[in-house]
Amino acid sequence: MFPAKCDYYRATSAAEAIDLLGRHDNARLLAGGHSLIPMMKLRLCEPAALIDIGRLEELRGVSENDIGDNALRIGALSTHTEIATSETLRTRCSLLAEAARQIGDPQVRNKGTIGGNIAHADPASDLPAVLVALGATIHILGPNGERSIAAPSFFTDLLTTALEPNEIVTTIEVPVAPPGSGSAYLKVEHPASGYAVCGAAATMTIEGSSCTAASLAFNGVAATPVHAEAVTAALAGTAADDSAFRAAVDAHLEIAEPLGDLHASGEYRVALAKVYGRRALEKARDRALS
Amino acid sequence: MAVLGSSIKRREDPALITGEGKYIDDLTLPGMTWAAIVRSPHAHARIKSIDTSVAKKTVGVVAIFTGKDIADSEHGGVVPVGWLLPDLKTPAHPILAVDKVRHVGDGVAVVLAEDRYTAHDAAEQVEIDYEPLEAAVDPKAATEEGAALVHEEAPNNIAFDWELGDKEKTNSGFAAAAHTVALDLRNNRILPFAIEPRGCLAHYDKNRGLTLRMTSQNPHVHRLLLSLASIALPEHKIRVIAPEVGGGFGSKIHLYPDEAIVSWCAIRTGRPVKWIATRSEGSTTDAHGRDHVTHAELAIDGDGKISGLRADTHAAMGAYLSTFAPAVPTYLHGTLLSGQYDIPAIYVHVTGTFTNTAPVDAVRGAGRPEATFIVERLMDLGARAMGLDPAEFRRRNFVSADAFPYQTQVALAYDSGNYEPALDKALEIAGYAQLRADQENRRKSPGEDGGKLLGVGLSSYIEACGIAPSAVVGSLGAQAGLYESAKVRVHPTGSITVYTGSSAHGQGHETTFAQIVAEKLGVDIDAVDVIHGDTQEVQFGMGTYGSRSAAVGGSAIVRSIEKIIAKGTTIAAHLLEAAEGDIEFEKGEFRVKGVPGKAQSWGDVCLMAYLAHNLPEGLEPGLEETSFYDPANFTYPFGTHVAIVEVDPETGEVEILRYIAVDDCGNQINPMIVEGQVHGGLAYGIGQALWEEAVYNQAGQLTTATLLDYAMPKAHQLPSYETASTVTPCPHNPLGVKGIGEAGTIASPPAIVNAVCDALSPFGVTHLDMPLTPERIWRAIHPGEDA
Repeated sequence: MFPAKCDYYRATSAAEAIDLLGRHDNARLLAGGHSLIPMMKLRLCEPAALIDIGRLEELRGVSENDIGDNALRIGALSTHTEIATSETLRTRCSLLAEAARQIGDPQVRNKGTIGGNIAHADPASDLPAVLVALGATIHILGPNGERSIAAPSFFTDLLTTALEPNEIVTTIEVPVAPPGSGSAYLKVEHPASGYAVCGAAATMTIEGSSCTAASLAFNGVAATPVHAEAVTAALAGTAADDSAFRAAVDAHLEIAEPLGDLHASGEYRVALAKVYGRRALEKARDRALS
Repeated sequence: MAVLGSSIKRREDPALITGEGKYIDDLTLPGMTWAAIVRSPHAHARIKSIDTSVAKKTVGVVAIFTGKDIADSEHGGVVPVGWLLPDLKTPAHPILAVDKVRHVGDGVAVVLAEDRYTAHDAAEQVEIDYEPLEAAVDPKAATEEGAALVHEEAPNNIAFDWELGDKEKTNSGFAAAAHTVALDLRNNRILPFAIEPRGCLAHYDKNRGLTLRMTSQNPHVHRLLLSLASIALPEHKIRVIAPEVGGGFGSKIHLYPDEAIVSWCAIRTGRPVKWIATRSEGSTTDAHGRDHVTHAELAIDGDGKISGLRADTHAAMGAYLSTFAPAVPTYLHGTLLSGQYDIPAIYVHVTGTFTNTAPVDAVRGAGRPEATFIVERLMDLGARAMGLDPAEFRRRNFVSADAFPYQTQVALAYDSGNYEPALDKALEIAGYAQLRADQENRRKSPGEDGGKLLGVGLSSYIEACGIAPSAVVGSLGAQAGLYESAKVRVHPTGSITVYTGSSAHGQGHETTFAQIVAEKLGVDIDAVDVIHGDTQEVQFGMGTYGSRSAAVGGSAIVRSIEKIIAKGTTIAAHLLEAAEGDIEFEKGEFRVKGVPGKAQSWGDVCLMAYLAHNLPEGLEPGLEETSFYDPANFTYPFGTHVAIVEVDPETGEVEILRYIAVDDCGNQINPMIVEGQVHGGLAYGIGQALWEEAVYNQAGQLTTATLLDYAMPKAHQLPSYETASTVTPCPHNPLGVKGIGEAGTIASPPAIVNAVCDALSPFGVTHLDMPLTPERIWRAIHPGEDA
């Protein structure tokens, strides 16, 4: 409720933010503040300095046109509402918009940002598995310049990412959904927090009546997003019917160390992942066909 | 259209919804300091030492006090208990712990600082050396051998051992029964969770005494308890004010240590002191609700008539006895075990136990939800055992409409009731026969409708509210009367101010009480104001809880109005030169019966009462009357609720498709407010059934102290309720009203659980404990299944 004392800096550019990070021990970046501030209020996190990047226009906004090879760029400071309501994303990368719409409540969506969300790497958050399923790329700026990381490699552990101490996420690059494809994000909400007890993100491309490509990833069930590549590999070339999905999920979904808590044990989350993985695939297929 | 009984909008709301309401945290006094209370992180520990030296050096800290400072002082006191049972163990509850802490959140020291942040920063710097001890957490396990002892004075952690009913007769009923069913259940501990946390602002002036603004449902009771036990000031030197109060649900009835600590600090320092609980602080210190472990049984004869009911309950009291805690699992619980049914023999035994947890006391429903849960779950088990439809089994056992007043086997005498029409109405709205047919079809072909399992749950509940009369509750251990007061002050120009001992905190009394006055006196509702919540303005009163305010507080207003009309009649008769017996008062006029046009208006009579130029010989001027209304009995609202749910057999998720509530609270003063109370009550009860649980781990840590973990219901999780009512007036109060504030909370948990258990009956599931988390249901459907 009452954060400990800390210093506050407002960065005027991404470069300045990186410089400030380098000059202060135990400094944290403040974007939308919807993960960091609650932790500070509970004194689970007591940074010595807050570096506010919330007003950096250079990190904001969704590109209206494709960049490079059929991809869209999303500024790290784009809010969940901006993503959920972006016409570009809704039509060209609807999985991300669909997931962003399911985050928290309107107040959270109006302040929380995609960059802050993934940098915090809460395993019960909605966006990590979606970015993994999409094959997104995370662009990062640090003291030594820019670098890029594929989404599955970005999330390294519980609340831990591949970001080095003085780096910041600048943009997230997501592929445009190909023709003949569909996607779905389905979620079992924790009744108190609204976080994902299990969130299943699926994409599927159908040609003729068979599945030519698919992806499936889960939030909430393990310390990092579970990328069910074996499941979707088994689906390639199949008839994309419900029984194929069930067989693939039952045979190939493996969650090595499932998370468990008071509300839902690891064992139950695995059971949920099987059901919701299948349902997400079914919905993605139906949308691909519609 | 009559004002009484109409759905006029709440007059309170425009200010509240535009942010003009003034709550404790909106109030500031010159020179005010902030208090932060240093609380135990341990469930049970000896305090070896407290070092405040570092904390005291924090810039902005005004003072730091410990339990010893308070105990050694002139004004130091304890937290009293307000309901005594025979042989009740009442270990002392110091307002700050001295040598031992007994639950996480127990206060150990208090820091006063110039601002709130500094107070909390310095509180972190108070160094306390604890010797942690084993904790007793479970209400039943706490009584078993080897359990940690919460208080030396209470062997086996037993606070009281209480029984009601005829044990032998009940056992004979069971011995002769054709069928018996049994149930082991745990009624989950819940947090009260008013949106506004508890808080207070104390100011002491040597001449005027203490002014304590606090989150209170009953300012006079708080003043009385503070004066008697906690801060040792005479009652007339304490003024307690409840400004706007943002919900209570019982949690703001009780006197906590915190208000006494803050008052003590204000007396000691001479500066105003404010304290507002943080959300987590409230979670660990507000008195919780429920937390029963119960074994219950029902005996049934060959015709499907109940021949006996018995229940054995271990009820957690927590670490200390909260204000009315001993009454909740006893006189508010055991007495309700007859439900709506004619049960010839009932026996209930309750063991109240100390545990290293936050105290447990009245929370919305208070004992009655626990009793109703037992009865209504047993009714479903009984119906199943008899092969009867649950509606038919209930109908067969209802107290019949011609049996009222009905004396139960557990002390209560139901005033009025008519149970079948409420059941019929609920079944009709639900389309019950069709639902059962749909359910049968789904069970025959489980692939349809997505394979979801359909469940229908009934709850035919009885509620006892407006606890009374005072002489009876006194004989049962209450250290207070349970009447209510009302002063009706008519001003010379005929407008009216009502001073009520009830203390609204969301119930809408400023509207409903004004409706009563406007109707009875034939004046415009805008000519009536209602004042409450200030011990200096209002005569002694008992406050608002237990769904008592309309039945008891409203009736007190009627009594005062009757006195006003009587005096007005005397004045009018004098002015009209008629006999008093020939005057009738109607629609704001005193008329001479049978003589058209011969009348005195309300305004003329009021003015003459104060001008006093022409009053009958010996009549005092003025027009102001006070009443203390002590009811003859409780009132007994009732009804039937129907929950219709779908369970996803693959995941255990529950969706409430429909929820039908038919309630009978007697005459309704304002049907819109009645409906609002039903809605709120349902959210509270459905929350307990599906989501809420205050979970203490074995070490006595509350693992659900924040809203990130504790699942208070949200609007999008709840169905659109279908509400209806029947009207069976209360025969013993002048308004014919009962109570409605807790009905939804009492009725809904068993309705939901019965519906889910009904959906799961093909899997052989007979009972599941609340909250019905998806995992709990999934495990019931998939026993022993590995994922």
